[in-house]
Amino acid sequence: MESVTKRYPDGTVAVDRLSLEIPDRSITVLVGPSGCGKTTTLRMINRMVEPSEGTILLDGEDIQRQPVTTLRRSMGYVIQNAGLFQHRTIVDNIATVPRMLGWGKQKARARAAELMERVGLDAALAKRYPYQLSGGQQQRVGVARALAADPPVLLMDEPFSAVDPVVRKGLQDELLRIQDELGKTIVFVTHDIDEAIKLGTMVAVMRTGGHLAQYAPPAELLSSPADTFVEDFLGGDRGIRRLSFFPSGRLELTTGPVIPLDATAEQIAAPTPLPPGDRRGRQTARLERAARPDGRGHQAGPAPVPRATVRPGTDSLRVALDCAVLSPTGWAVAVDTDGRVTGVVSQQTIGEAIRSAHAAGRDDERDDEKVAG
Amino acid sequence: MNVLNFVNAFFSDSAHWHGYDGIPARLGEHVQYTLQALLLAAAIGLPIGLVTGHYGRGGNALSLVATAGRALPSFGLLVLMTTLLGFGMLPVMIPLVVLAVPPILVTTYEAMRSVDPSPVDAARGMGMHESRILFQVELPVALPLILSGLRSAAIQIVSTATIAAYVSLGGLGRYIVDGLYQRNYEKVVGGATLVAVLALVTLALFWAVARVAVSPGVRRR
Amino acid sequence: MSDYLHDFFDIPSDLQHSWIGLVGLHLREALLPVAAGLLLALPIAQLCVRFRWLYPPVLSVTTVLYAIPSLAFFVVLIDYTGQTELTVMIPLAVYSLVVLVPAIVDGVRSVSEETLAAATAMGFGPLRRYFQVQLPIAVPAIIAGLRVATVSSISLVSVGMLIGNQGALGNLLHDAQIYNRPELTWNSVITTALLAILVDALLVLVRVLLTPWMPNGTARRKPAPALEDAAR
Repeated sequence: MESVTKRYPDGTVAVDRLSLEIPDRSITVLVGPSGCGKTTTLRMINRMVEPSEGTILLDGEDIQRQPVTTLRRSMGYVIQNAGLFQHRTIVDNIATVPRMLGWGKQKARARAAELMERVGLDAALAKRYPYQLSGGQQQRVGVARALAADPPVLLMDEPFSAVDPVVRKGLQDELLRIQDELGKTIVFVTHDIDEAIKLGTMVAVMRTGGHLAQYAPPAELLSSPADTFVEDFLGGDRGIRRLSFFPSGRLELTTGPVIPLDATAEQIAAPTPLPPGDRRGRQTARLERAARPDGRGHQAGPAPVPRATVRPGTDSLRVALDCAVLSPTGWAVAVDTDGRVTGVVSQQTIGEAIRSAHAAGRDDERDDEKVAG
Repeated sequence: MNVLNFVNAFFSDSAHWHGYDGIPARLGEHVQYTLQALLLAAAIGLPIGLVTGHYGRGGNALSLVATAGRALPSFGLLVLMTTLLGFGMLPVMIPLVVLAVPPILVTTYEAMRSVDPSPVDAARGMGMHESRILFQVELPVALPLILSGLRSAAIQIVSTATIAAYVSLGGLGRYIVDGLYQRNYEKVVGGATLVAVLALVTLALFWAVARVAVSPGVRRR
Repeated sequence: MSDYLHDFFDIPSDLQHSWIGLVGLHLREALLPVAAGLLLALPIAQLCVRFRWLYPPVLSVTTVLYAIPSLAFFVVLIDYTGQTELTVMIPLAVYSLVVLVPAIVDGVRSVSEETLAAATAMGFGPLRRYFQVQLPIAVPAIIAGLRVATVSSISLVSVGMLIGNQGALGNLLHDAQIYNRPELTWNSVITTALLAILVDALLVLVRVLLTPWMPNGTARRKPAPALEDAAR
């Protein structure tokens, strides 16, 4: 994807002299309040909306130079309510573009089945009709349909806005996983800044009137918003959210008393440290509650503590801090990728890690300035 | 004597089953008028309804045409056309088509308008041609409503073709008009029964077509 | 010209009415059945809204009834009610009923759950809620149904001519033939069409007056297939 400049006066200006360079094989998110022209921008890329001025280049070539249908068939397109064809079965919905490109029926259906698996749909759904699927499943079909002809570019227009938060999180994780496997150039429109920060390699914040407010990687967006508009749009706790971008790998672990979930009162009374490497890490973590001084913790029943363990190296400092805050003792339990306990970390240690990460970030910025100057 | 006795007497009289005034001949005529008028009306109403519905323009003009079409009394128009053009098929076809076009036109337009816009947007986004969007995305979804418009038109034609016997046309209406004139109630009631049955068969036919032609993904509701 | 106009409105004496008299008769024969249909349709529709399972069978019955051609309906009734106005008006009432029930059901159902819940929460009883919330919101749909029923009724009255001159303005069609006066045919067609358009416009006016909360003119028309089973 090459440099994109476009103006769009239509009585009202929907997108005003916007220039964006969208990096190859990564997710670029356009985010902003409603009416900021983000959808218009997206729709100009596949010429659903024709720019009134400026040009859009794709791999160095003007998109106006090829037939509009050819252009669109080379780009997957996912929209808010999936936009499935209700008169066609799931498998035929997914096979639409391959069929238009002249693939044989068998080949197109085989491809559709392959994609259903890729987006996490049960093969049993193939012969169903859209109305028999949940909103989240329909959206998966929408993504599969967009991927069917293996287009290098994927345009997604608020694809996950209409589903509930739990399903949305699942779909976001799925998209990241698929992106890891396929490495498409994805342009993603959303009004949800958290979604933008979670998914985007680059995030373009737009403001009403079709102006670009800031175009930066999410971490930079959180650490140094360009102006008060971006700062307001990011919301209040951007400091905490920014921790998502600091790795927890450098945390120093200590061995402390950790008690398994099925601990008896005696075990709690005389805590024996679990040997590092115990496979009951997950349970252990939850039982952090039981380690409260009064020893009554486990009577509170299974405590639904989300993500109560931290995997140093994989998880961010935000997860580590979250675990520590949620833990009654103030100690986060660290596990390895298999769930084995590797040690514990105190809030204080995490706080020091945050401070040094911030310092490192400032150094980076100073370096950048030097380069720029 | 009640209606059922009349019906029984009419159908068991073998004289009613032969010749130019026999039931098969009259039924054939009636079906022929109906099909001709319906095809003509569909040839006018469907394309206009599909295209205006697809582009979403001309809705007000269509509803004006529909109101005017409905306001014209079909029976009066039938007599008027016969007065102007003499006896024949043309003066009968004109009111039948005028009668049938508005429901086809308006329901087709409304059916196309009521199609969810997001699949259309998706189809356009994946590079479908407009004609393909119309026929492969919108039409299948709009089909149940479009069929119901055609069904109304067909039933109205069956009904009005009956009245056309007054202006010397054949068809099942002959029995009713002649019977009334001859004070032969057996004939009147027999004719009425046949017309009603034909109308119900039309209804059933459209139901069957909808079962076959409408995708199960659209049919639920 | 004045001669022509004179002929135009010179109604043969066998019809026993002046032109104005025929118009009045026509309106009575067309509108009384619609009124009767509306009175019957309201409770039936309310039952269908109340008991959802009732609606599909009611809808099937009405569709079948509607398919019965008017002339067939008339002549079968002659055996019971003779060649009278009543014979013409009963089928017209049935047709109106058949058009109005789905229109009212759709209209009342279009009242959103939130609105109903809000009304209930404010302490509206079921009856009060029906008359003060559901019915007013359903007015546009009901009027849309009334328009179709009325226009079709006005058109159909003419067919009554065939069963012993019970067709009001339609009777002119017959006299035009026997007296060889084609202007009477024109009179019948034009007057009937004008009546239909006039009454239709009047109903639109009523809707605008009854629903000041809606934008004038362009009533959002939901596709209601039953409504299109219009004039026959």
